[in-house]
Amino acid sequence: MDTFAELQQAIIDGVAPRAKELTRRMLDDGIKPSEFFPKAIIPAMDEVGRRMRDCEFFIPEVLIAARSAKGATDILRPLLTGDESVQPAGTVVCGTVKGDLHDIGKNIVAMMLESAGFRIVDLGVDVSPERIIDAVREQQANLVALSALLTTTMLNMKGTIEALVGAGLRDQVKVMVGGAPVTESWARSIGADGYGKDAPGAVELARRLVAQA
Amino acid sequence: MIEGVCQRAVELEVAGLLIEFEALPEMTTKPEWGLEITSLLAETLKRFHATRGLRTALRLTPNDTRELRRPPLMRKGEYWEGMLKFFDGAGSAGADLLSIESTGGKEVSDEALLNVDVPVLVFALGILAARDMRFLWREMVKACRESGVVPAGDTACGFANTAMVLAEQNLVPRVFAALVRVAAVPRSLVAYEMGAVGPSKDCAYEGPYMKAITGVPISMEGRSAACAHLSHVGNIAQALCDCWSNESVQNIRLLSTFAPTVSLEQLAYDCRLLNTAAGDGDDGVRRLRDWLVESDAVRDPQAWVLRPDVVLRISKQIVEERTCYRQTRCAILAALAEIKRAYDAGQLRIPAREVKWLAKLQRDAEALPDREEELVTEVLGMPLAAKFLTESYGLDV
Repeated sequence: MDTFAELQQAIIDGVAPRAKELTRRMLDDGIKPSEFFPKAIIPAMDEVGRRMRDCEFFIPEVLIAARSAKGATDILRPLLTGDESVQPAGTVVCGTVKGDLHDIGKNIVAMMLESAGFRIVDLGVDVSPERIIDAVREQQANLVALSALLTTTMLNMKGTIEALVGAGLRDQVKVMVGGAPVTESWARSIGADGYGKDAPGAVELARRLVAQA
Repeated sequence: MIEGVCQRAVELEVAGLLIEFEALPEMTTKPEWGLEITSLLAETLKRFHATRGLRTALRLTPNDTRELRRPPLMRKGEYWEGMLKFFDGAGSAGADLLSIESTGGKEVSDEALLNVDVPVLVFALGILAARDMRFLWREMVKACRESGVVPAGDTACGFANTAMVLAEQNLVPRVFAALVRVAAVPRSLVAYEMGAVGPSKDCAYEGPYMKAITGVPISMEGRSAACAHLSHVGNIAQALCDCWSNESVQNIRLLSTFAPTVSLEQLAYDCRLLNTAAGDGDDGVRRLRDWLVESDAVRDPQAWVLRPDVVLRISKQIVEERTCYRQTRCAILAALAEIKRAYDAGQLRIPAREVKWLAKLQRDAEALPDREEELVTEVLGMPLAAKFLTESYGLDV
């Protein structure tokens, strides 16, 4: 009988056809769809995150693992009903702040968060505080993730947080910030809830912030 | 800041000072802002020349704001119009050189970098970026001729330095970052084919290839830019430079003085050493060059592909090809051959976890089609095709 351990390995190895095949066979064997997430998919992606953090995996290996996980998830989601529905870990509105065009770091963080079960609303680059506010309202987000690569544009992180206060949304969201010039003390000074040093760190931070809410 | 930098340059008797004003996006979307700052800088440099005899030049580098829109409009629209206005005003604002860090094809190459995808990388650089460089630099050279500004050069920073920084963060293999560096050469060459004359942008670490193929002077940065980004090419980057540069020095007060002035001093001492070596005849200057090369080359494939002998060998192969696509493909295969030969001979260290990537990259490169039309058809069939507009690159489909 196929096991969750085998499915975990197929996801970690990035072998999407095997992950899908194992998922189907295990469903045929009577395994409940809701069991796959805590026993295979989430532990597999946690292991992938650990390997990236420990410099055992490069980004493409994380991406193909995420695609394998998605292959399994796409089979399982339509079968989840009522109480079994797997809720996203959180809804994250993310973007590179106004005046800044750099987005590759933000894209990596968004990809890692999505792999960890978060719903991502990616607003792209040069994102004004107003667009963040609109997205938080429309998407009922509980997390905002801001990125900046320039010392001149990181100031707009503060502006975005102030705008969230002004819009009466600050208590609805936790704000995490990151990017090359950003530091822990800068994050604190502008009223952010957390600072993400790197992409794997951002996932741990997001989980912690959601748990605090 | 500029006053402090110029003052220190005078005190240290620098032979010549090239100041670059790299605009922020708002200064390019509102070019009148950028041009006003250019004028202020030019006035200061003129004053220091008139009163202190400091020889200077001002390089103006507008942003490629076309990437503010996704997918980007590369040949029309408000962002392109703003850039043109900036180019046209450069001369009367007092700029001596015009450069840019152009990003045509980056919307695709970023995907290639994250996925370590050789075919998509070659499409981005050898097909999209090359076409954009031809379009962009035709306009830039025209604007320069009309305003008396030197069309200096471009950089593959948005492609190859992005790969370098990702490799430094252990997100992509170093061997791949080395391939991206060399793969960007044909695209960067297009600027010079269209009339740019150098010095190249300082963040164009592919500069040695430009120099080998076209003879243009090159501006380089390396260990001097560690405040902006870390790298494994800090010394070798200096080995063939004509201008030695820094990058993004934050204007903060250090114990001695403000950081940009500190950085200027460090550059000045480096240049003093280089000029002393240059004045010592062929043996002296080659010895220093070789020390700079050998101190880095063995440690990282990104350094290996910047060795002068490797640059010459790969450059000879690149220029045998007739199209940018075939040059880009050739560049990757040639770089792979150089890296593999050096690794097998024990001359180059590659981390154990990267060795399997060498074989994968080789397979992917060998599978590239002979004809670019085949790769175009392949990429247009991918979901990735939604990231760019074919008409923005003059791609007939």
